[in-house]
Amino acid sequence: MNRPKTMTRSRFAEGAVEWLIRASAFSAIVGLFLIFIFIGKEALPILTSPDVRKEANISKLFLPQDQAHPYSWQPVSEIPKYSILPLFVGTLKMTLVAVLFAIPLALGAALFTSEFSPGWLKEFIKPIIELLAGIPSVVLGFFALMVMASYVQELFGIVYRLNAINAGIALGLAVIPIVYTVADDALTSVPKSYREASMAMGASPWQTAWRVVFPAALPGILAACVLGFGRAIGETMIVLMASGNAAIMSWNLAKPARSLSATIAAELGEVVVGSAHYHVLFFIGISLFIFTFVLNMFAHWFVARLQKKVLGTI
Amino acid sequence: MKANAIIKSVAILISMGLIVGAVQAADKTITIKGSDTMVILGQRWAEEYMKAHPGVVIQVTGGGSGTGISALINGSTDIAEASRPMKPAEKALVKEKHGKDVEEIAVALDGLAIYVHQSNTLKTITLAQARAIYIGQMTRWEELGVKLAQIIAYGRENNSGTYAYFKEHVLGNQDFAPEVLSLPGTAAVINAISKDKNAIGYGGIAYGKGIRALKVSKDVNGPAVAPTMANVLNGSYPISRELYFYTAGKPEGEEKNFIAWILGPHGQKLCEQVGYYPLKKAGKAAKKKA
Repeated sequence: MNRPKTMTRSRFAEGAVEWLIRASAFSAIVGLFLIFIFIGKEALPILTSPDVRKEANISKLFLPQDQAHPYSWQPVSEIPKYSILPLFVGTLKMTLVAVLFAIPLALGAALFTSEFSPGWLKEFIKPIIELLAGIPSVVLGFFALMVMASYVQELFGIVYRLNAINAGIALGLAVIPIVYTVADDALTSVPKSYREASMAMGASPWQTAWRVVFPAALPGILAACVLGFGRAIGETMIVLMASGNAAIMSWNLAKPARSLSATIAAELGEVVVGSAHYHVLFFIGISLFIFTFVLNMFAHWFVARLQKKVLGTI
Repeated sequence: MKANAIIKSVAILISMGLIVGAVQAADKTITIKGSDTMVILGQRWAEEYMKAHPGVVIQVTGGGSGTGISALINGSTDIAEASRPMKPAEKALVKEKHGKDVEEIAVALDGLAIYVHQSNTLKTITLAQARAIYIGQMTRWEELGVKLAQIIAYGRENNSGTYAYFKEHVLGNQDFAPEVLSLPGTAAVINAISKDKNAIGYGGIAYGKGIRALKVSKDVNGPAVAPTMANVLNGSYPISRELYFYTAGKPEGEEKNFIAWILGPHGQKLCEQVGYYPLKKAGKAAKKKA
């Protein structure tokens, strides 16, 4: 008598839990969608409102303006200037430094812990690298502003103490644990039979790691790099503190830079709601959003293609 | 020991009761929001005023001059604190939303200093020289007779009242050069300058390790004046600014009493305790200058 009753009750509970986790999976998508709608709505007046367009429109945002300062970001001015190209350049040059600094280090560390280090050493190294991810970015930024900047300046002999290299390296510190963790997992999950087969053919451990395991894990490693790139491009506090925040149109890494995300962080709190400046900041937000979204889509597609090629599956 | 602990906890309970009682007894809550420069000043005023007038609760929060003004426009604060004058567009928004004219009340005085690294041999600077540096016309220390290379100019983010003040009063409303580095907060500016021997920067009058504030003169012939309290008060220091309260419409009731108290001897004396300057004497001097 009792048994079927508990059965139905547990079935019911199972169903409820299933719905709950289904809802939580979809809530992330709903959240993303709502964020997109909200930011898009606040950015739209750049295209539609005549009042806002007088002060800031697409051509003013992207095309050269006057002779003296063709690209200038001076939102608080008699005649506000909203050229966002220097901000794009600043973001990209710091991201470039971060990626160039972090990815070789992170992949090297992942290759070492997954292929060469004894188990106890890996258990020691891995948590420590991952601990780096737990440092709040404002702390990393403060460290870069106070301590690291002087060493970087001396090492490279740079005129500006706060510059794109300094901010890029600090960003790299935030990127390393992400790339490392994902890459290490990818390398570790390469089947043991690959290594055994390679060794049996007379390959040295290094040949096995570099020519067999690494290529087999390439899709996962690329995914790691894309995640790291996404983190670097959107990171705010580190660049706000360590880059000098000067909106200059120059690819020179030894000069200061102002990033898109730091601009939003610094200016949104003070801006008059509904002004052209306000809408431009949301426009920057949606540009950043679309940029990372497209990049992720592309990377996803590329990784899937590569997976097919490397593993011959799917 | 035990008795001590009991006395302590009773004391805590009683004081909690008093606080709750005060909150319940409060017939009027005044909210103040705005300038980060002024938040400590506002809190000191609020504390002292609440001590003297137990029936009143005053809440003070920061966020920045623009944040406070936005809050005034949206009606989410009674008083906005601002370290820069309100823009005509913002005043119009208040009028539009609330149908009342904005009331501007200068409540204290603040001086801006121009700093260099402590090893820098430069002692004085004219306002014209500072302008030339910050709009990008002067880029080498040699032009000021200092044996250093390039001038690295530090400033504040464009959301700060200090930035707006410096732009208006030193740069004559010209744009900052794009190469000027902007940092969040006067503390960050001072830290950066203390570690960069080619640096120059501006901020509230403060004394930090490794930096030195320059004497400022209005023009080449004018006397160079050190940023000290006496000089700000007698109006001889050329870059000092008023700090403001803004309300929508004339302040009434408890708000009016509070503002009158701030402008009175008690309130003005508190300015000095938190590192600003009282209005009275300097207010006249500032007007004379303008």
